[in-house]
Amino acid sequence: MRVYADNAATTYMSETAMNEMIDCLKNYNGNPNSLHTDGQVTQEKLDQARAKVAKAINAARDNEIYFTSGGSEADNQALISAARGLREKGKKHLITLNIEHHAILHTMRKLEKEGFEVTYLAPEANGIVDVEKIKAAMRDDTALVSIMFANNEMGAVQPIAEIGAACKERKILFHTDAVQAAAHLPIDVQAMNIDMLSMSGHKFHGPKGVGALYARNGIRLLNVIEGGAQERGKRAGTVNVPAIASMAAALEEGVANMEENNKKVIALRDRLIEGLSDIPHSKLNGDPEKRLPGNVNYSFEGVEGESLLLALDNYGICCSSGSACTSESLDPSHVLLGMGVPVEAAHGSLRFSLNEQNTEEEVDYIIEKVHKVVDLYRKMSPFWDELLSGEREHCI
Amino acid sequence: MLYTDKVMDHFENPRNVGVIEDASGVGEVGNPTCGDIMKMYLKIENDVIVDVKFKTFGCGSAIATSSMATELIKGKSINEALELTNKAVVEALDGLPARKIHCSVLAEDAIRMALKDYYTKSGKEMPEELANWEPHEEE
Repeated sequence: MRVYADNAATTYMSETAMNEMIDCLKNYNGNPNSLHTDGQVTQEKLDQARAKVAKAINAARDNEIYFTSGGSEADNQALISAARGLREKGKKHLITLNIEHHAILHTMRKLEKEGFEVTYLAPEANGIVDVEKIKAAMRDDTALVSIMFANNEMGAVQPIAEIGAACKERKILFHTDAVQAAAHLPIDVQAMNIDMLSMSGHKFHGPKGVGALYARNGIRLLNVIEGGAQERGKRAGTVNVPAIASMAAALEEGVANMEENNKKVIALRDRLIEGLSDIPHSKLNGDPEKRLPGNVNYSFEGVEGESLLLALDNYGICCSSGSACTSESLDPSHVLLGMGVPVEAAHGSLRFSLNEQNTEEEVDYIIEKVHKVVDLYRKMSPFWDELLSGEREHCI
Repeated sequence: MLYTDKVMDHFENPRNVGVIEDASGVGEVGNPTCGDIMKMYLKIENDVIVDVKFKTFGCGSAIATSSMATELIKGKSINEALELTNKAVVEALDGLPARKIHCSVLAEDAIRMALKDYYTKSGKEMPEELANWEPHEEE
């Protein structure tokens, strides 16, 4: 059996998205900037896609949507625009979370080198930030608050509407990295007072290499890429209409089916959580309820994530881990550490991210095999021996 | 693919996993903070490693290198075991990704720790290279 449970890393393209892309590849090859018919019909496709994306997040205007190469680019542009753009008005402070995606964190580090001060708040133990802490960190010279809609590793959903309201009151710009949330959780940028938002096509059955940045009218974006006047002069380069149209179609479909899909996915997620809960010295990371519909992040004491991951891969199960060994940088998950999970527990973590295509049978298979591999690697682990004998103290 | 066939073989079918109750020497290196711990048990008779067992907390590379290392020293003399380098272990596995090479260093260190323990326990004279040796620091 092959079970794909790594949708937080990327999702497989839907039929809708693929068909839209193929149609564009065949029939809409003109450059939207060209004035002839070939160009203009492609421009129309682009306009339609923009309208779909705007509608999906209830943006007030279609032209508040800017297409990018993905979530990372959108994150970069949002932060740089707010920070550098408001520096001339005396703003030099930014607020974010220590559990953000590296696209946010590394851009923040870059801005720090330019002289900005950044406050990195820690969430509570359940992975959710206390809004009072954000309010307490706000200063008169704060340019921007950037808080992710939902965390990619342990799924915790942040109190976005509350944060938006707080930012509005202090007249501070609010950006949210909604890469994991778009098409999975309801987003209303107007009601939630979101000024800027990032999304990425390949997280909701769209193609890789395309994303969007929402920026409310009145916010001056600064270019990450200079050149031609595409995307209202804010993002140069001939746009990838097939990818954009495909992403828009996927987003529209995802939002339309969200309620129904989530019923199913949440049930599967909770079944998996329940099924793993009898493994001794293990725990769920992140709030059990305020979490992404498909996310299960579990730590198992005494064993290491990559070995579990490879063993599960041999059983046909695709998932990921927060261990140091599984990251390119050899650092354990900054997200788990940031919310206070002990480093040993971060090393022994697995992340399963389910979606509406998974089944109960698959979840039961995951449960069975996780029990098996945790048991196997605990038997092989001197760390586990020492935990059992009392030589080392349990942390879970 | 992430790992060579040999690495996957040693990962899926690790050789010599376990403990030796009355081991001649036991060596443990690494720590849970780093995500890597290797424990080697040696049974030595007449300066020959007649049996070796290991337990490892760590990634695929860690398990594979431990397993291969035990195979490379089983039945060998202490001197031969002292000559074992992490490079030899990696070569025997047909290579490891660059960022995983440090796992093989851990295997080399675990063997030396076990040998050091053997000399300490048995009261025999420790070879100079072992007396002056300390395990690598993990960052």
